[in-house]
Amino acid sequence: MMSYLNELLFGYYPYLAGAVFLLGSLVRFDRDQYTWRSGSSQLLRAKNMRLASNLFHVGILMLFVGHFIGLLTPPVVYHALGLSTSGKQLLAVAAGGIFGVMTLVGLGMLLHRRMTDPRIRANSSKSDVFILWLLLAQLILGLFTLPISLAHSDGSTMLLLAEWAQRIVTFRGGAADLVADVNILFKLHLFLGITIFLVFPFTRLVHIWSAPVWYMGRPYQVVRQRYAR
Amino acid sequence: MSHFLDRLKFFDKVQSTFADGHGAVTNEDRAWEDAYRLRWQHDKIVRSTHGTNCTGSCSWKIYVKNGLVTWETQQTDYPRTRPDLPNHEPRGCQRGASYSWYLYSANRLKYPMVRGRLLQLWRDARCDQDPVAAWASIVEDKEKARDYKSKRGMGGFVRTTWAEANEIIGAANVYTVKQYGPDRVAGFSPIPAMSMVSYAAGSRYLSLIGGVCMSFYDWYCDLPPSSPQTWGEQTDVPESADWYNSTFLLLWGSNVPQTRTPDAHFYTEVRYKGAKSVVITPDYSEAAKFADIWLNPKQGTDAALAMAMGHVILKEFHVQGKSDYFSRYMRETTDMPFLVLLEPHGKAYRAGRFLRASDLASNAGQQNNAEWKTLAYDELSGKVVVPSGSIGFRWGEQGKWNIEPRNAATGVEVQLALSLIEQRDEVVSVAFPYFGAGGSEHFTRTDHPTVLERNVPVRKLKLADGSSARVATVFDLSVANYGIDRGLGGGNSASSYDEDVPYTPAWQERITGVKRQDVITVARQFAENADKTHGKSMVIIGAAMNHWYHMDMNYRGAINMLMMCGCVGQSGGGWSHYVGQEKLRPQTGWQPLAFALDWHRPPRQMNSTSFFYAHSSQWRYEKLSPAEILSPLADASQYPQTLIDFNVRAERMGWLPSAPQLGVNPLAVVKAAEQANQEPVPYTVAQLNSGDLTLACEDPDNPANFPRNLFVWRSNLLGSSGKGHEYFMKYLLGTQHGIQGKDLGTMNGTKPQEVVWRDPAPEGKLDLLVTLDFRMSTTALYSDIALPTATWYEKNDLNTSDMHPFIHPLSKAVDPAWESRSDWEIYKGIAKSFSECAAGHLGVEKDLVLVPTLHDTPSELGQAIEVKDWRKGEIEPRPGKTMPNMVVVERDYPNTYNKFTSLGPLMTQIGNGGKGIGWNTEREVENLRQLNRPVTGNGQFGGLPRIETDIDAAEVILMLAPETNGEVAVKAWEALSKITGREHSHLAVHREDEKVRFRDLVAQPRKIISSPTWSGLESENVSYNACYTNVHELIPWRTLTGRQQFYQDHPWMRAFGEQLCLYKPPVDTKTIAPLLGKKPNGSKEIVLNFITPHQKWGIHSTYSDNLLMQTLSRGGPIVWISEVDAQKADLKDNDWIEVFNVNGAIVARAVVSQRVPEGMSMMYHAQEKLLNIPGSEVTGLRGGIHNSVTRTCPKPTHMIGGYAQQSYGFNYYGTVGSNRDEFVIVRKMKTIDWLDGTPAQSAS
Repeated sequence: MMSYLNELLFGYYPYLAGAVFLLGSLVRFDRDQYTWRSGSSQLLRAKNMRLASNLFHVGILMLFVGHFIGLLTPPVVYHALGLSTSGKQLLAVAAGGIFGVMTLVGLGMLLHRRMTDPRIRANSSKSDVFILWLLLAQLILGLFTLPISLAHSDGSTMLLLAEWAQRIVTFRGGAADLVADVNILFKLHLFLGITIFLVFPFTRLVHIWSAPVWYMGRPYQVVRQRYAR
Repeated sequence: MSHFLDRLKFFDKVQSTFADGHGAVTNEDRAWEDAYRLRWQHDKIVRSTHGTNCTGSCSWKIYVKNGLVTWETQQTDYPRTRPDLPNHEPRGCQRGASYSWYLYSANRLKYPMVRGRLLQLWRDARCDQDPVAAWASIVEDKEKARDYKSKRGMGGFVRTTWAEANEIIGAANVYTVKQYGPDRVAGFSPIPAMSMVSYAAGSRYLSLIGGVCMSFYDWYCDLPPSSPQTWGEQTDVPESADWYNSTFLLLWGSNVPQTRTPDAHFYTEVRYKGAKSVVITPDYSEAAKFADIWLNPKQGTDAALAMAMGHVILKEFHVQGKSDYFSRYMRETTDMPFLVLLEPHGKAYRAGRFLRASDLASNAGQQNNAEWKTLAYDELSGKVVVPSGSIGFRWGEQGKWNIEPRNAATGVEVQLALSLIEQRDEVVSVAFPYFGAGGSEHFTRTDHPTVLERNVPVRKLKLADGSSARVATVFDLSVANYGIDRGLGGGNSASSYDEDVPYTPAWQERITGVKRQDVITVARQFAENADKTHGKSMVIIGAAMNHWYHMDMNYRGAINMLMMCGCVGQSGGGWSHYVGQEKLRPQTGWQPLAFALDWHRPPRQMNSTSFFYAHSSQWRYEKLSPAEILSPLADASQYPQTLIDFNVRAERMGWLPSAPQLGVNPLAVVKAAEQANQEPVPYTVAQLNSGDLTLACEDPDNPANFPRNLFVWRSNLLGSSGKGHEYFMKYLLGTQHGIQGKDLGTMNGTKPQEVVWRDPAPEGKLDLLVTLDFRMSTTALYSDIALPTATWYEKNDLNTSDMHPFIHPLSKAVDPAWESRSDWEIYKGIAKSFSECAAGHLGVEKDLVLVPTLHDTPSELGQAIEVKDWRKGEIEPRPGKTMPNMVVVERDYPNTYNKFTSLGPLMTQIGNGGKGIGWNTEREVENLRQLNRPVTGNGQFGGLPRIETDIDAAEVILMLAPETNGEVAVKAWEALSKITGREHSHLAVHREDEKVRFRDLVAQPRKIISSPTWSGLESENVSYNACYTNVHELIPWRTLTGRQQFYQDHPWMRAFGEQLCLYKPPVDTKTIAPLLGKKPNGSKEIVLNFITPHQKWGIHSTYSDNLLMQTLSRGGPIVWISEVDAQKADLKDNDWIEVFNVNGAIVARAVVSQRVPEGMSMMYHAQEKLLNIPGSEVTGLRGGIHNSVTRTCPKPTHMIGGYAQQSYGFNYYGTVGSNRDEFVIVRKMKTIDWLDGTPAQSAS
């Protein structure tokens, strides 16, 4: 029974979540352009926003980048760069710890603001509130895994998790079996992580797709032709 | 295409670049632009306007999209003006532009609502009783009545159906009519001009059942009694376009850009033409920035300033004879040459009444109304003559009521002498009262004696009784009154402006704080301009000055300046008072519909000031004694010692109306007369004379005399206009109130002699308060039943203004939302329910209606010489002469609905008319029968023109009014020609074939047709200007002399020292001392004058709860105070403050501003009780409205009646609700309690 569940959650669920994530985003982008936004509430109350928002965004972006690189880089690559497995784990724990705490502080401030300011509260959708709590739960789970990781400094669990992620994204079988025996905290963290992808298209997280970076390089004057070819 | 796929062409987007790569031409999807296009697309545009509270009368485009009103913009299709005049449009302001917010706001009344407790009682009672009995079982049970009355204003509304709400109202009305009398049902609605059909709906219903329609203009204190006193005219003013014809504009207390926003452009534009602009306001108002010269007198002392300017003008341009134009104008159009009898007063004399033809041997040749014909000295013949045009010529004879300079007896031309100084027999000393030494302690009192004797040239005359009398002209008395030295010796006159003698520029300096040199400059320039342009100096005057107790002095001071300079009735000149009346241009067409004159005449109408003064028991707290305001020359012992006694005398003598009228049910009086086999009128007169029957006004606290049912529609009586708000709460409604003072009974004050004093005073006099509104206003909150009306964009109606000459509609852009209905439909429903409830209780009943001695009727010739009271046995009681007229009216109660919806037969039997002119309307009725279609069936209603819908009602108005039907206009002018003996119809004959219909107005606003019921003309040559036809067509003013009157000779006017204009300081309202420092909260307390001007973010076209306006303002109640006062009281801007006195308390935030002078506070009026109001520390209840600190205080001179221009007219003359003499204690609040917990207990 446990193995079926394990296979479902870590073998199939990622594909389900991934499909919803991609298709959902696509459909929403095409059908509901006006909902494609970050839903910023900075106009309603700017106090502490600069600090909280920056702490949160810098932190979570670094965590995302860290996870992306850490999970998807094959060991061969970083070994070739002279980084040992245990060294990488140490790096991951240190970076994760620093940015994790940074995100935690930022997220805590944002949550406090969202829950206590009546004006913000009244202007929040259920999904706005839900997503913050979801991120908080995921963040705390992630931070709790740090001491566990440190307990086995050989990085074996890290390797298992990375292998799992690489198999999932490269459509190779047996991924779920790899994580069958890791600590429950890792499993919960994985599960919530996949869930975030699942709910992604239904929340304000979609703004991640559309960071307006091109705006920086835009010419001063743009002439849009009347008739699109 | 797909947005996503478009993104895939990211690198293909740029087609080319230019400007060195700084620009790019792209090919990309532009569908997003449609969102912006869609934002401004709409399904239709409908013409409408804003219905009740604004003079603007601006035509608006209402945009409808997907079945909802989305926004509004200004219409720009007014008919063009002539080439040298700017166009009227665009008309509209930020307030009007925000109105559409209300339609779908949370504050919208959506369903008929009833007070829950009342509904419970009703449903219980209705289980086993018919509606009328059910109502009786509730209101006659003290416990039950208290149960719902004491909870008024405290929430507890529940939804009901229209059927049930109408049944309660119908039953309550039937029961009240049957048990107490129809005059115990009253209705209050203001400003018919703004939505005349909606007004007419309620007033038609009330008039059909014999209920009372209540006035608003006087109650708002926007009616300037000085206007009827001077001109016999309610208020007639130049349209705003006429400002553009002026070359000298004096804005006096008027804040044109803020409160007349759509018209302000004429003011800005005319300055480009070189017009001079002087602004007089105590505060640095928005208008002040337009000024070439800004004068800021202390608030409430404007009369002193005006007297000083008058002093300069009279001296330089009349006594020193600088202007031929002025002299000719005053001689021919004012009472200046008319002769006044002097009465001995000690060693000197005092000015008495006008000399009358009846005073001379054989009535000076006048047999008709000799007592009402005034005389003057003719320079050509050297004799005293009776010139044509005085009021005596108006009635009982024809063809001589005009102001041609002729001897009425011979027809020979005359030249009336302004002054007798050359032909004088002697110079005598005349005593003039001086009031500037008394008044409120907050204003400068000067040390001049209270009686000033001045020398006046007089002639001696032999009277009919053989005695010899001394007479002086009004001009000579005026010169003396203004304190101008003419070399006749004697004291109290000044030969230099620097002498401190009333009323020199130096004298006023101490009182007003304005430098004498500025006064001289302005007065001189004002007059010089008028002299050169023949009258193009104009005063735009604001109600700011009219809201003082002695408003008449402020206004007459300015009016005198205009008359001295020949400005009144001249294009670009005159007196422009744009407050509250909002001219109902098609008035004579509207009246039959509105007061059901097609079925019953006369209607019952009441002056609201006296009504509310009596019935909200404000008289029980009166602290102003007549002795404080009587002239030192008057014999105080002849006059009552309380103000309400004056009012009761006035009602008894038929001067003022009464409501309720008799001390018993008027239906019962007729029955009793019939049982006694007597005619009802003589029977009633005899009963009254014997004292077996009393008037209701003599015992207002008797339950038989309570006003029992009150309708309020198109109005916010309790949140805006109700002066003495807390007294309304306690006595009329019987609910929580914040009164801090004690009544005269407790204080051992002087009690009235004419009125029964009852202890304890009854509370909760009203059994039923019904409010019709589209929003949950303060009044709706306090009502028993709140009915949802259509908004101004959901009904058909008509709209006119005094500001421009156009008539245009409100029309239905969308159906009334939720369950709301138009006022017309609501009252139709009530009429139907009433008719059904009446069955078995009321049939065809005879109702005795009392009517005061009305202006523009023969009754205006009441008591000519002396004031005699029949109650005291001084004179015979004669209805229509010495007491109210009495008329028996037959009412077919079960047919009320049928009468409501058809045009009755009196229009063909009697005809129509107004202001003393009558004409036949058979053709118009026939046209209406065809246009509106006849009522089907036989019976008494079959074949009558229908008035089923609001558009039918509008057509009735338009068809019957001379202003919108050229044929009627010609008939009306011809009718006037008979009276004046001059040909007038040329003024309308060129538009005889024009007939304006409702759909015409929907297409475009239409200019009205000139009519004799107004004193100005609409033509290609002149803009509308008041009194234009008097000056240019020689139609008399409807005054005693037929001319504009400087002099007011009624005995009561003389008793109060107001026969000539003078300065009277504000009165002492005595509302501070009992509370100052008595209820401390630890903050410093300061005492400030309390002023309630119009606001920028409310009133006109919208109310103060509008979110858009709140956002632009401060989002809640505010009071403005000066920086100096703020410092004294340790206040900072935006602090919560409490403003209170014995009348009650207000809670608001302070706006600390340089705009406000020291000693004064300003609370923009009508800031509602329903938005951001915390609890008061003084009362423990939620803070009040601006009227929580005021109390009505009527003035006896406004009660005069049956005396030519000083005769009652509905919204025309009568007591007014002044409020600016009030002072308040202001202090910072310590605790801001929002009272969100358990309900607070009553303070008493």
